[in-house]
Amino acid sequence: MDKVPILTEVERALLNEVQSGLPVDPEPFRVLGEKFGLSEAEVLAMLNRFKEAGYIRRMGAIFDSRKLGYVSTLCAAKVSEDQLKPVSDYINQLTEVTHNYLREHEYNMWFTGIAHSKERLQEIIQDLETRFGVQVLNLPALKFFKINVNFDFKGGGAAQC
Amino acid sequence: MLTDLDKAIIRELQGDLPLVPHPYAQVAKKLNIDEEELLDRIRWMQDRGRSRRLGAAIRHREAGFTANAMIVWRVAEEKAEEVGRKLAACPEVTHCYLRPEIPGWPYNLYTMVHGQSRQECEALAAQLSEKVGIEDYRILYSTRELKKSSMRYYLHETESS
Repeated sequence: MDKVPILTEVERALLNEVQSGLPVDPEPFRVLGEKFGLSEAEVLAMLNRFKEAGYIRRMGAIFDSRKLGYVSTLCAAKVSEDQLKPVSDYINQLTEVTHNYLREHEYNMWFTGIAHSKERLQEIIQDLETRFGVQVLNLPALKFFKINVNFDFKGGGAAQC
Repeated sequence: MLTDLDKAIIRELQGDLPLVPHPYAQVAKKLNIDEEELLDRIRWMQDRGRSRRLGAAIRHREAGFTANAMIVWRVAEEKAEEVGRKLAACPEVTHCYLRPEIPGWPYNLYTMVHGQSRQECEALAAQLSEKVGIEDYRILYSTRELKKSSMRYYLHETESS
């Protein structure tokens, strides 16, 4: 079981803030610090710690694949226990695949693909099917209601739905 | 339209921004442009929605969100829009998409929730179910993260958008 990190209130606030956006300013960390009463050096030290601890994977831009002219899909594959390793090794080395998870279901391998064209995605799926004899569901989004990956570090609150 | 410079900027910003007082100046230098020009192009891409955000990508598992659940819902086509919007409005839902219904897989709305335990995800799913009045749903927990990366766009200079 992973340990839930213990963060101070200001650390949580900073983590929440840097997820939603870094100021587009020559000195983004100084600007960020002003919000929380921290110096630029303190902000940088905190962010370095978060990276070392592995909470932050990277600091950078996230692009809207559709607006850059790319297409995406979600695929689910039914993979037998003995095929898990070769199939996941194959899938993971594809630059078009950004996420791949094992999930508790008959369709157990769920991965996302982003490519230049629908044809390229189709080719990847067909290739998987012929190479490994696995069944793959192709589930491209028809509508995007929400694409947001901010995690709330404030925590403790019950669902507000 | 994206210029070659925009694509070069995208290639830089999809990587890791250095944790230094003037990170944009460092990137601009690499691209052989002024810092101010880089900031302008970033703002332009953000205004057009091409860049959704510039900030920290979180490793949710390391950060304590150990239960990652995809909840799939079976919703009548004519209600999908309304239900999708309602689910997307919940702060705990990080992603919400409509995907095609296919033979043998009747679910069409997909939501992601992240919690600190399975119980938390289950309770949340029950709450969401009650809120939208949809009882036919399944929770697919991830048991292993096989790959998690950010998409690398325009890897080859010749790629067009």
